[in-house]
Amino acid sequence: MGKKGIEMLVGLFVLLGMLGLVFLAVQAANLASFGNGDGYRLQARFDNIGGLKARAPVRSAGVTVGRIVSIKFDNQTFQGVVTMEIDKDYQFPRDTSAKILTAGLLGDQYIGLEPGGDEKNFAAGETIKQTQSAVVLENLIGQFLFNKAAEAGGGDGGEKKP
Amino acid sequence: MNAVTELGAWVLRWVGSLGRAAFFFLDVLRKVPAALRRFDLVITQIHAIGNRSLVIIVSSGLAVGFVLALQMYYALVTYGATESLGLIVNLSLVRELGPVVAALLFAGRAGTSLTAEIGLMKAGEQIAAMEMMAVDPRSRVLAPRFLAGIVSMPLLAILFSTVGILGAWLVAVGLIGIDAGNFWSIQQSGVDVWRDVGNGVVKSFVFGIICTAVALYQGYETEATPEGVAYATTRTVVISSLAVLGMDFILTALMFSTP
Repeated sequence: MGKKGIEMLVGLFVLLGMLGLVFLAVQAANLASFGNGDGYRLQARFDNIGGLKARAPVRSAGVTVGRIVSIKFDNQTFQGVVTMEIDKDYQFPRDTSAKILTAGLLGDQYIGLEPGGDEKNFAAGETIKQTQSAVVLENLIGQFLFNKAAEAGGGDGGEKKP
Repeated sequence: MNAVTELGAWVLRWVGSLGRAAFFFLDVLRKVPAALRRFDLVITQIHAIGNRSLVIIVSSGLAVGFVLALQMYYALVTYGATESLGLIVNLSLVRELGPVVAALLFAGRAGTSLTAEIGLMKAGEQIAAMEMMAVDPRSRVLAPRFLAGIVSMPLLAILFSTVGILGAWLVAVGLIGIDAGNFWSIQQSGVDVWRDVGNGVVKSFVFGIICTAVALYQGYETEATPEGVAYATTRTVVISSLAVLGMDFILTALMFSTP
């Protein structure tokens, strides 16, 4: 085989490898959905963040509008502080509430934003005031059992309201 | 007492050979600029090492993708989570199987041929003849092959993962009937370009250095007899495979330990 032929085959091989890398990055990973990187940051404090992780999506009406940047623990208030980055195309009223929700029964957790009616929108760096913590299954089951026991026995003088 | 002496001698021999290998590696690294000046030699070697390994890499990648998709489907269907199939296949290929299996195949396909070629050059006294003509065999023979190895290995690993994911796509979407949009979108939300794909490429780059350096060293240090070449070729496969598997554990621990 001539020298030119070998060079062309090697060029094809390298090109194929590069195409593979582009395929992995764009079609099979998150490069396309990375966003353009410029958004604004909001904070939210939760009593319990459950299984929320950094890079989890922030959704409003089911549409992904941002991602969680970091999760820290505040040693003053003993709450979890979640910092999220919202795409700059989306604005939310200042009385928007944040909930930690779960996709499906066993799915990943994400933050759901429910817009309020305030006329002013959030500015960068502000904190979402109204939050609802993640549902912890153990607490839920515990509460359910407690209520059942109170219903069945009723011995405690009915001090626990159902 | 005798046993202690033997143990000491064995350790000293082992340390000595480790030091020889390290010096050999540094020497080849120093000769890389010389190889870059004669790039046509590197191109010929990429053709011999990379292009000719394509068939085995691509067919193994396809087979691994097929089988992984089927097996994962059988496991996931009991939990009703078959949509995650693509994500599992993607992550296992990109993070681990792509770099590692491609490196093992590379050691078997390209490493052995490098060792045998250089070993026979040495047995035929071609290396000595080059030295006689004041041609440095390390910059003329070893450095282009080293460079070609570390260029080819990441490309081959990427192709292995790519073909594997495409194979999984064929099985999952074509055969099992998982929704194609779900198949890709779950991967796009679950796989990170830098953390997963990027670290996989870094791994394969390291494996490329290991496999090529081991193959060149074994060839260069071989005993100049037919048995010596055979022995060196075997050792190339064994040492590079073990080194790749050990290094993979270290790299994985370093890369993916922090959440």
